[in-house]
Amino acid sequence: MSSVTFFLSGDAALLALAVLGATVARKSYAPALVYFCALAISAAMLIGAVVQLLGGMTGEGIVLPLGLPWIGAHFRVDALSALFLVIVNLGGAAACLYGLGEGRSERSPERVLPFFAAFLAGMNLVLVADDAYSFLLSWEFMSIASWALVMAHHREDDNARAGYVYIVMASFGTLTLLLAFALLAGPAGGYAFDAMRAASATPGVAGLAFLLALIGAGSKAGIVPLHVWLPLAHPAAPSHVSALMSGVMTKVAVYGFVRIVFQLAGPEGWWWSVPVLIVGAGTALLGVLYALMQHDLKRLLAYHTVENIGIIYIGLGLALAFRAFGMPSAAALALTAGLLHAFNHSLFKSLLFFGAGAVLSATGERDMEHLGGLIHKMPRTAFAFLVGCVAISALPPFNGFVSEWLTFQAILLTPELPSWALKILAPAVGALLALSAALAAACFAKAFGITFLGRPRTNAAERARETDRFTLAAMMTLAALCLIVGIVPGLFIDALGPAASILVGGRMPAQAGNAWLSIAPVAQSRSSYNGLLVFLFIAAAASLAASFIHRFASDALRRAPPWDCGAPDASPATQYSAESFAQPIRRVFGAVAFVVRERIDMPWPGETRPARFDLGLSDRIWDALYEPLVGFIERASLRLDRLQFLTIRQYLSVVFGALVTLLVVLASWP
Amino acid sequence: MAVIVDLFFQLLQMTLVIAVAPLLTGLVRATKARLLRRRGPPLVQPYRDLVRLARKEAVVADTASWLFRFVPYLVFAATWVAAALVPTFATGLLFSWSADLIAIIALLGAARFFLALAGLDVGTSFGGLGSSREALFGALAEPAMIVIVFTLALVAGSTQLSTVAAYMASSYVGLRVSLGMALVALFIVAIAENGRIPVDNPATHLELTMVHEAMILEYSGRHLAVIELAAMLKLVLYISLIACVFAPWGLAIADASVMDRLLGTIAYLAKLALAGVALGAFETSIAKMRVFRVPDFVGAALMLAFLGALLLFVSRTLK
Repeated sequence: MSSVTFFLSGDAALLALAVLGATVARKSYAPALVYFCALAISAAMLIGAVVQLLGGMTGEGIVLPLGLPWIGAHFRVDALSALFLVIVNLGGAAACLYGLGEGRSERSPERVLPFFAAFLAGMNLVLVADDAYSFLLSWEFMSIASWALVMAHHREDDNARAGYVYIVMASFGTLTLLLAFALLAGPAGGYAFDAMRAASATPGVAGLAFLLALIGAGSKAGIVPLHVWLPLAHPAAPSHVSALMSGVMTKVAVYGFVRIVFQLAGPEGWWWSVPVLIVGAGTALLGVLYALMQHDLKRLLAYHTVENIGIIYIGLGLALAFRAFGMPSAAALALTAGLLHAFNHSLFKSLLFFGAGAVLSATGERDMEHLGGLIHKMPRTAFAFLVGCVAISALPPFNGFVSEWLTFQAILLTPELPSWALKILAPAVGALLALSAALAAACFAKAFGITFLGRPRTNAAERARETDRFTLAAMMTLAALCLIVGIVPGLFIDALGPAASILVGGRMPAQAGNAWLSIAPVAQSRSSYNGLLVFLFIAAAASLAASFIHRFASDALRRAPPWDCGAPDASPATQYSAESFAQPIRRVFGAVAFVVRERIDMPWPGETRPARFDLGLSDRIWDALYEPLVGFIERASLRLDRLQFLTIRQYLSVVFGALVTLLVVLASWP
Repeated sequence: MAVIVDLFFQLLQMTLVIAVAPLLTGLVRATKARLLRRRGPPLVQPYRDLVRLARKEAVVADTASWLFRFVPYLVFAATWVAAALVPTFATGLLFSWSADLIAIIALLGAARFFLALAGLDVGTSFGGLGSSREALFGALAEPAMIVIVFTLALVAGSTQLSTVAAYMASSYVGLRVSLGMALVALFIVAIAENGRIPVDNPATHLELTMVHEAMILEYSGRHLAVIELAAMLKLVLYISLIACVFAPWGLAIADASVMDRLLGTIAYLAKLALAGVALGAFETSIAKMRVFRVPDFVGAALMLAFLGALLLFVSRTLK
């Protein structure tokens, strides 16, 4: 069986599972059955994808008699698809494990199970599609299945609005992708990707298709300013679906962008990298600033996805710049940084969403201001969540650091570029990347510190208990992977080599042969990093210090009430909250990203009413871009409303006028 | 045989930084005391403090978790590993290639991250206050550091600190505006990262002005000793960093003879002493600034570093 058939049969099995899930959904055994089968299928496809990725296959294709009659449905698996198949199926398998655990306590399984399997199938299909029709069909299938999952708990506050904004943005994204493919296919209608690769569009058409792809795939990935749906929709879904949407579906969007822009959209212009870099850096900074201001744990994680997408786009933008100026090895470095960050982000973001889900089902709370002290009640969840926090904050020796380090190394190659715009842009992008990485660390110190540390702020947090073993298994596996990628990054970088070489025509030097498994993106003398040694050094130094002091000084320990400068307050409300933790950062950066309204109502001396502090935050982009747009559409639809109440005579004249106009346009077409 | 010698020098560097760290802090304190016309404690007082703290029993708050007891060692280990990778008396030591300057900064970032968590762990308002402010300062100082690295890396063609130091010690490097800007920015970052006046006062226990001290308020005994030692190490690290990049005189370049390395050690100790006295004099002559002036101060470092890096990025074509 060829590899394409293998993956297609996996997709077919998932679709069959969706149908099965719909029929048995109300039975008590349904969740276990569906999640177990989905886990088996995902695991098989994961293994298949890993074999494909490491085996270095040629990218064979298959044409099925489906889809558009004169083209058929093309499917193909190459190194790039294989890489993203690994991401999708790894995330999918972990989500199934979570489903076997926490997912079984779902209140309305009939609203989750069928769409869950369908969602997995849709994402997998996007990756193997090899013509525009199947691509867009799978893309829409993925969007609609995930929309149904967002709407699973549609009676909860705001979920219906989240679903509405999501479906509008998703349709808009698909529309722009449709236009991009139409431009690339040309008047002859060469919708198969092979035909698009062979055709070479004029620079103007290619540039327009590039911009449309940036908007279309970007709206799914969540780049600023198209991110508005993401922090609404991702948290609204059940937690393992949130993990899939944030950790995996955004990567499918990145795949779409890479596939179209790096491979299909004909002769590239050097300027392509400029919008990608600007959008990437802006997305990274604004995403983390928005995240810092959140106190809803799942929404914070969703905003962080926006930040990480920005980091991935920075890598992709640099790769475009290097490729346009004929520097394949530098382009391979930048592209590898972006793709590795996509993989890394899928690991730790799924992990963090599982942790948030475990907290949600243990306490019924997503609001960090009502949590606290969970490390005592849920020690294992806390540990796994901590690993995720360290990894996403780009701290060594975990995986997030490696991909950001590679991105910095790529930025340091930009002075070689012969373009002034890029020379000025690159250090600014680097500074913004560094700023958002540092803010991310602050954000996750807050997320972990307020949720898991301190004293419980409510009874719900006090009564929490540890989650089940399937959920823990899912989290621990991902946590272990975060560490493994962090300490032996060379192996993973080498695995990305084939994908880089088909896209930019070059690859990073092989890392596997370096001494002590260190990585050296350009040359050992220029820069190298060894996660394994750093990890071992830290472990050795910490245990040396601990054992030395315990052995030769003192190991006595006494428990006592907290000191707190001699005046401890018994009320847990006196602890720092999520809001107060972020206050200094809000004060420094707030004016950039938000419209901040603080109102302090301080009673005069002698008055008995309490003092009040009100804080209002609103997203500048929503106010400046979407509000006017919505207003315009409402006004326009009110105007057009008159069309509903015309007489038959007037309707006939409207039709006649339209016909004449169209004929005139056709007649005057060159 | 060569490996054993290399290993010896690597271990020597690791013990050297730990051994001199308390002495340097003692020197800064003694300088400040003398300038204020006090006699001040003897130079070795920090050693005595550390030993005394380590021998006491540790009092841990009821509400503290396992993380609270784990963090001091982790912070110490991350700082120590980072400090051991900065060239002190010689470049090109055995493990100098295992992490470059960006990784060293990230290691310090990891130490800060865990210390901020420890501040939140007990659930007191002071701890949260310290963590929150440290998060802000770190969020500004770390990017400034990274941009300084851009400048150094472009000048020396490497982010490996050992290579950068060797390049700076060579005669190829001239006087450059970018390097001057990076130096000023690095000074500001070093002051902010070490919590020195005017950003934070290491001697204060006045609650509204403290940052670092507020985070570690609940620590006692051996845990406090380890954290204090880590803070001292961090000061040594930053001084070594400035010294090896901007004052590489006497630094033994890779494959130097044992004699050169001994001379390098003496030069290094002299540089540390000079920096300690200068820091004490600087701290005495300046007043602490309000917390919300600090972002402007550190932000200036970020801007300076950025201008320096931008000049280099652009001037690459002019060659």
